[in-house]
Amino acid sequence: MLKTETFTLNMGPQHPSTHGVLQVVLELDGETVVQAIPNMGYLHRGIEKLAESRTYAQFIPYTDRLDYVSSMGNNLGYCQTVEKMIGIKVPERAEYLRIIMTELNRIASHLIFMGSLAIDLGASTGMMFGFRSRERILDLFDMACGARQTYTYIRFGGVSADIPSEFIPALQRFLADFPAMLDEYHRLLTGNEILYHRLKNTGLISGQRALEIGLTGPALRASGVDYDIRKVEPYGIYDRFDFSVPLGQVGDCWDRYIVRMEEMKQSASIVTQALEQMPEGTVMATIPKVLKPPAGEVYHSIENPRGELGFYIVSDGGTNPYRLHVRRPSFINLQVLNETCQGLLIGDVVAVLATLDSLMGEVDC
Amino acid sequence: MSNRDINNSLAELQARYLEDVKIIGEEAQSALLALPHRLLDILEFLKTNESYQFNMLRNLTAVDYLEYIEVVYHLYSLPLRQAITVKTRCGMEDSQIPSATVIWPSANFQEREIYDLLGVRFTEHPDLRRILLRDEFDGHPLRKTYNIGNAGERR
Repeated sequence: MLKTETFTLNMGPQHPSTHGVLQVVLELDGETVVQAIPNMGYLHRGIEKLAESRTYAQFIPYTDRLDYVSSMGNNLGYCQTVEKMIGIKVPERAEYLRIIMTELNRIASHLIFMGSLAIDLGASTGMMFGFRSRERILDLFDMACGARQTYTYIRFGGVSADIPSEFIPALQRFLADFPAMLDEYHRLLTGNEILYHRLKNTGLISGQRALEIGLTGPALRASGVDYDIRKVEPYGIYDRFDFSVPLGQVGDCWDRYIVRMEEMKQSASIVTQALEQMPEGTVMATIPKVLKPPAGEVYHSIENPRGELGFYIVSDGGTNPYRLHVRRPSFINLQVLNETCQGLLIGDVVAVLATLDSLMGEVDC
Repeated sequence: MSNRDINNSLAELQARYLEDVKIIGEEAQSALLALPHRLLDILEFLKTNESYQFNMLRNLTAVDYLEYIEVVYHLYSLPLRQAITVKTRCGMEDSQIPSATVIWPSANFQEREIYDLLGVRFTEHPDLRRILLRDEFDGHPLRKTYNIGNAGERR
């Protein structure tokens, strides 16, 4: 009998497939994973502490830097929380612009997911395709607010500026091209037998377990749990749109991939509907120069591409938040990594990490 | 679920647990304040009881109020689509709260984060280590008394 012992392998923090600076300490028995302990904090900037010495408005740019591939959603979550505290009514046109921007951002974020999943599994073409299409969306954001990644477009009481005249034609061109793009990805990736066998039945998470461990977003819905905040607690004007929530069946990596691919289709449909319904008018409510929310607290959450993004703000009636906490979906979703990876091969850890789609800017906050 | 319904639920819980709980806050902000030694009973009851079914721990955080630290649990019931806030308090010196990981494994990282940044020790936690800051770090930066020192920028 040969005696074998386990050994430890550090994956990251400088590993391309950890999507930032995440360290996973892998305990391996040959090529089989015994433990996969995530070790984070390399990107910790103390944003929650910084919030306590900034005014409410000064904090908006910090939210861009949480989940930096879906900054519109972060802006929206924070602004709606503060609006809820003060009771600001947002003009109709601004509500529609917010929906258009956040749903476009969801598509952009899922395209990054798709591209990085492909390259993590060795298909570098997928990455190029994903980033090429995302560029079209970034161009749209650039037109609206002059930034490609850190937008600070959504502000208290509305959005920072109305869209320029060339925006709508460009958006319509994108929406017209998008089904063909999606079809191309399906032919490139979904129909790929290698990708299918790498993802199918890898990293199973049951619906019950997913709820207990606190998964949210596409990762939870891939396990068959119907929890989408846009549906269960519609914020903004989401109750006016007709869209469905794609669900997975078994909760493996394949389901997490398919759910996100389907979500892009739904997001494009929401954008189309919003574009049809959007009225003319102002994009900014009249709000006081200095914001002093009444003393008290509020928790508000929105459905971000990675899950439930929540803001918990405690106000003491002053110009700065007394305490601000961000419920970051990437951070909480990462809890499932260890138990999901146990018993898998080392190459599958990459697939699980990629389909959980945690983003380190948000994990570390 | 409207605020009125949640206020009914809070009143029922108050009747059930008498002195061990208190309703604090007004209207939409009302929450159940539990004594630390009854916390796990109450959370377990909220999770398993048929008429509540709070099966999701959405958010877990803590706030430093100078005299005490308040730990805040935001629960959500997916079947009944209802939300409730449960709070508990501990002192500044010997900050201890029973860990909720036995009821919701999702509390694991969030309790570690609170321990790291606010210095609340969760008893019976399976792996209570710092999570964002390095292990040798001194102090708990989200406490109001924490001195930022040279790390703070000049304003």
